[in-house]
Amino acid sequence: MSGVAGEGSNPLEQFVIEPIVKLHIGSVDVSYTNSALLMTIAIVLIAALLIGGTRRAALVPGRLQSAAEMAYEFVAGMVRENIGHDGMEFFPLVFSIFMFVLFGNMLGLIPFSFTFTSHIVVTFALALFVFALVTAVAFIKHGIRFFGFFFPSGAPVVMAPILIPIEIVSYLSRPVSLSIRLFANMMAGHTMMAVFAGFVIAVPLFGFFPVLINVALYGLEVIVAALQAYVFTILTCLYLRDAVHLH
Amino acid sequence: MDPTSAKMIGAGLAAIGVAGAGVGIGNIFGTLVSSIARNPAARDQVFGIGMLGFALTEAVALYALLIAFLVLYAT
Repeated sequence: MSGVAGEGSNPLEQFVIEPIVKLHIGSVDVSYTNSALLMTIAIVLIAALLIGGTRRAALVPGRLQSAAEMAYEFVAGMVRENIGHDGMEFFPLVFSIFMFVLFGNMLGLIPFSFTFTSHIVVTFALALFVFALVTAVAFIKHGIRFFGFFFPSGAPVVMAPILIPIEIVSYLSRPVSLSIRLFANMMAGHTMMAVFAGFVIAVPLFGFFPVLINVALYGLEVIVAALQAYVFTILTCLYLRDAVHLH
Repeated sequence: MDPTSAKMIGAGLAAIGVAGAGVGIGNIFGTLVSSIARNPAARDQVFGIGMLGFALTEAVALYALLIAFLVLYAT
């Protein structure tokens, strides 16, 4: 939560992307921004955790090794339960998505840093990638039979004109709902904290009261950050299961 | 009506949507409690699903809240 909101300042200021190193290729702006900086930090931290955790692997794990193993086991269990054992080929992808979103959400909670998952560009790019991958996997595994996915087996044929458009719309809205869920959670949560921080200055004498609420909100945001990373990952798993097993 | 008061009214209207999510979250936890009370052995399995449902429902509340914030503060 950056840019503590005074009475006059805007709680949405914290989401402004500022270029750190200005770069232009032709008319395309490829500046290195604060968003890119936070992404780099997230990647470096993830790599440090996993490489540092497995460098001197011991039978009795140390702190770093347990953290790395816990993250691995958590995601591996999720993939095994939701996609099945033949889904472990997607494990590296699912694990990368989980760690990237989790670290993005958590790094954003550090005061005066920046939450890159609070931008729809980032989350929609992730969701669109998942959507394209799921569709590609379904086509590679099942070929033309993939279109049977849009008609639930066992439903009466008379219902087809209603069911098929509904199934197609719900399939196409997957990347939208997946990305907006993460983006809205992050943005609304951080705006809410900034608004309550603004109340601290706006309310004379009883300014400590909004601070107490903000402490509770901060705790909620930590839970939400982890939970939304989990939700994003488990929905990716569920979509992949649909693609691998076709209902 | 001047734009500032229109903004306030619009944000207030947008926040009504949170009521639906309140019903949803109450429903989820009520069902979670009663199902764990009926079958305490199923706690571990049911709890994860309950948390997933909570996160999905809470997201709906945040959509409404997001619109309210955008109406209020976006320039």
